[in-house]
Amino acid sequence: MNVVIVGCGRVGGFLAGLLDSEGHRVSVVDIASTSPARAERAWFQHLPSTFKGETILGDGTDLEVLRQAGIERADALLALTEGDNRNLMAAQIAQKIFGVKQVIAKVNDPVRAQTYREMGINTFSRTTILGTLLHAMLQEDREVGEVLMRKALAHEAELVHEPARAR
Amino acid sequence: MYFVVAGAGEVGFHLSQALLESGHEVTVIEADRRRANFVQERLGSIVMNAPADEGRAQMEAGCSRADALIAVTGDDAKNLVICQLAKIRCRTPRVIARVNNPKNEIVFKTLGIDETISSTRVLMNVIEQELPSGGFMPLMSLAGSANELIEAEIAIGTPPAGKNVGSLRLPSGALVGGIIRKGKLMHADDDTKLEVGDRVMVFSPTASEGEVRKALMG
Repeated sequence: MNVVIVGCGRVGGFLAGLLDSEGHRVSVVDIASTSPARAERAWFQHLPSTFKGETILGDGTDLEVLRQAGIERADALLALTEGDNRNLMAAQIAQKIFGVKQVIAKVNDPVRAQTYREMGINTFSRTTILGTLLHAMLQEDREVGEVLMRKALAHEAELVHEPARAR
Repeated sequence: MYFVVAGAGEVGFHLSQALLESGHEVTVIEADRRRANFVQERLGSIVMNAPADEGRAQMEAGCSRADALIAVTGDDAKNLVICQLAKIRCRTPRVIARVNNPKNEIVFKTLGIDETISSTRVLMNVIEQELPSGGFMPLMSLAGSANELIEAEIAIGTPPAGKNVGSLRLPSGALVGGIIRKGKLMHADDDTKLEVGDRVMVFSPTASEGEVRKALMG
């Protein structure tokens, strides 16, 4: 599968590493921040050192940058920046302009998440997903919580044994 | 009329002031408390201190009874979402987005926001008109297709002056929609003779803009 990931924070970096290790072709886009504090740090510091995919510095809502990331032959795009609006814009561009089949946007505001899901944009809200998981772990639905946690811990274990890509 | 203005930066502040002065009802939504207070001191209690990209703020601002919402923050992605939310959740009949990056005009149109204003594009049009090769203006992208509408003024000494429309070397897919001659819109077919000063309206694939320019401007 060809996957484009927009936003390489902790979640983006984690997922990119996971897909890459499974043999998928992954390219990661992260914005070139102009803040000096950020510029001193490595851009893609959350990627594992073994990552073999592409890294592109640029705005993930820019058509040219997305083309560079290979959106025209992508099977999936995940929009995982810190900004709900940027994620929604990148996801819509992928779906409506480039015809990418599988598009998922992280939208932390549940109202926006629901509105765009009704419009056909696949969204998930960290707020509701994490909240629901914690709720399940605490009480009613122990099973759901346990299955998810077992998977997450396994991925985590793999990750901890790998040195970080850059500091 | 009732307008909701999203964003009280320089553009939002002066726009709200101008709308108020022409007798309209206005609510301006601004997320930054200090900026909201600043505007409130000058324009009165028409300011709402809230994030305009959240559904609840839009509801409270009365987007469902507004005649139009205008999103003028400095962030294109935010303006897009503000307009889409108002259109879908509040059914605001008219939404207008400020586009800071002119490349986003076509993106917004494709995503259902038909009315955009790009200050960069407005300035470019003014500058292009001042240039000697001026008179060639891509006017707008046509929603839902990779085509655009171009206006080109026939200048003295250029190949099309005095020739028939049919002899224009337009790229495939491009067609002449009409001519404005001395302020009047007229029909154009292959036998229409082009005169100096005619403004020719051409529908063309956006990708072929360069060839249209060559055919009409020489």
